[in-house]
Amino acid sequence: MTDMAQAEHAGQPVPGLQEDDESPVIRVEGLYNAFGDQVIHEDLDLELRKGEILGVVGGSGTGKSVLMRSIVGLQRPQAGRIEVFGDTIGDLSETEALKLRSHWGVMFQNGALFSTLTVAENVQVPLREYYKLDDELLNEIAAYKIALTGLPPDAGPKYPSELSGGMRKRAGLARALALDPRLLFLDEPTAGLDPIGAAAFDELIRSLRDTLDLTVFLITHDLDTLYAICDRVAVLADRKVLAVGTIPELLAFDHPWIQEYFRGPRGRAAAASAEANEGPAH
Amino acid sequence: MSNAANFEQTAQDDVIVLHFSGALTLPCIDDLPQRLATIEEGHPLRLELDDVSRMDTVGAWLLYKLKRDREGAAEITGATPEMTRLMKQIGESDKPIKIRPDTRPPLVRVLTDIGRATVDAFSTLGAFIEFFGHVLVTSWGLVRNPRRFRFNAVVRQFEVVGVNALGIVGLMSFLIGIVIAQQGAVQLRQFGAEVFAINLIGRITVRELGVLMTAIMVAGRSGSAFAAQIGSMKLGEEVDAMRTIGVSPMEALVVPRVIAATVLMPILGFYSSLIAMIGGGIFCWLSLGIPPTTFVQRVHEVVPITDLWVGLLKAPVFGVLIAITGCYQGMQVKGDAEEVGLKTTAAVVQAIFLVIVLDAFFAVFFTQLGWV
Repeated sequence: MTDMAQAEHAGQPVPGLQEDDESPVIRVEGLYNAFGDQVIHEDLDLELRKGEILGVVGGSGTGKSVLMRSIVGLQRPQAGRIEVFGDTIGDLSETEALKLRSHWGVMFQNGALFSTLTVAENVQVPLREYYKLDDELLNEIAAYKIALTGLPPDAGPKYPSELSGGMRKRAGLARALALDPRLLFLDEPTAGLDPIGAAAFDELIRSLRDTLDLTVFLITHDLDTLYAICDRVAVLADRKVLAVGTIPELLAFDHPWIQEYFRGPRGRAAAASAEANEGPAH
Repeated sequence: MSNAANFEQTAQDDVIVLHFSGALTLPCIDDLPQRLATIEEGHPLRLELDDVSRMDTVGAWLLYKLKRDREGAAEITGATPEMTRLMKQIGESDKPIKIRPDTRPPLVRVLTDIGRATVDAFSTLGAFIEFFGHVLVTSWGLVRNPRRFRFNAVVRQFEVVGVNALGIVGLMSFLIGIVIAQQGAVQLRQFGAEVFAINLIGRITVRELGVLMTAIMVAGRSGSAFAAQIGSMKLGEEVDAMRTIGVSPMEALVVPRVIAATVLMPILGFYSSLIAMIGGGIFCWLSLGIPPTTFVQRVHEVVPITDLWVGLLKAPVFGVLIAITGCYQGMQVKGDAEEVGLKTTAAVVQAIFLVIVLDAFFAVFFTQLGWV
């Protein structure tokens, strides 16, 4: 359905950004990352297509978060090329980089909310940083973003330390969505949530993707999330992206880690429950 | 910007027609909200979106609000299915969300804050005394059952609190000694009594400053470290893990630190006094021409041995106080990492405050004893 939505929605290009439906939103080529002697990524390639939810999986220490940090420019790779919306990360001037950053939202694993600000103020931080809006509109925007992410009505004036883990993640998502980004990075959005909360969060991400026309880069360990909302899954192993594809495609891929991951008891359980819910999203 | 959001207003009979164009998105809206607010009330609206290239949630919100807040019908034409869906979803998110906390009247707020601070101060004092008692009980338990005593942990703390502090305490004391000698000499020169600078250096460093400055340095160096270490262990549930294994955090964490600070404070204080006198002596030698032998002889004459006892008796008390304050604040950490910083600061401030208050008591006490 995403392809159809984009065809109808091909609007005018955003200034400064190349945009046509064929070119991928993110293109990573030959990425090389190492900490000291320890090589994390070697010759890693990855593409993220417009409008898709790409799940990134891999064992602990395979560099999922490092990959995300490289793409958003928090970590400078030793070699390789990363393009986001056609712009090469690392080659941009300060103003271009700032502009590019307003087109993506990042949700960190524990929300990474600013602890001295309330939830509403957290959501307003990116808005205040980039635009001059009057307070009334700022408050209205914060209010509907908070509601959009499913936080309760009294969450606005609360401080992050007063929130539960699940609410903190929702607030982090609300802040990531503050600038209406086209690209969303989520680092383990359902980790540490109870199964009901995790399922609700999955559903929230999918419905936001559909209404807000988002492209989502999603790091996860959660097999249920993969089955429920991911269009494609990229498997990180052996310092590169081993395989990218839909889950049925990956099931046909002959690699011990992938086979064990999807065919292990948890993988089978997630597959069964996804089937019970009338199959995966796509 | 070519695709800046814009609208043209025309009237058809009674209906106000707003023909929107451009991108109704956050980067493009500019002064659109203000202009929309000026549209005359009381007429039905028609919003034409045929020429809108893109819409994000902010654009959807503005249109939704226009429709919500006005009397009379407003119809929207020319919206793509995506725009309709977006406006519907934003409409569903229009809930009474609180943005700011409820504000109370200033007087009530101030009174509440004062009351809360008072209650907090007393409960902190109570908890601190309780903690002190707990340390004493644990120590007595260790005396009766010495096999539980953690010798390695104590030695480790000796190194951290004492040996590693020698450099900085020495440098500080040396400089303080020079400053006292120099300032004293300048003032006493007016009476032609420069030689009495030696009395000043000897008595003030041995009796007061050596121990006091060392206590402040130890509070800043070790008291804060105790609070931060124990606090982050508390945060990482290490302290709880110890309890579940059957290790008492009091025995393993608190008592070794208290012992180290108590034993080492007199040694560090004595060392500090010594170095300060060396600093003062060097100044006297170079600047006033008093040779070291004369300096030592004179110090021997003017500094009574009771001054040394005064300094050395105060030191372990300060050590206990600093260590217990640090450990107590560390144990109070719960919640998030910000707490560790707050409690560490509190540990240092309270330790220095208590040391100075107690020093004043000691000054009166020893004077009453006749140790002048």
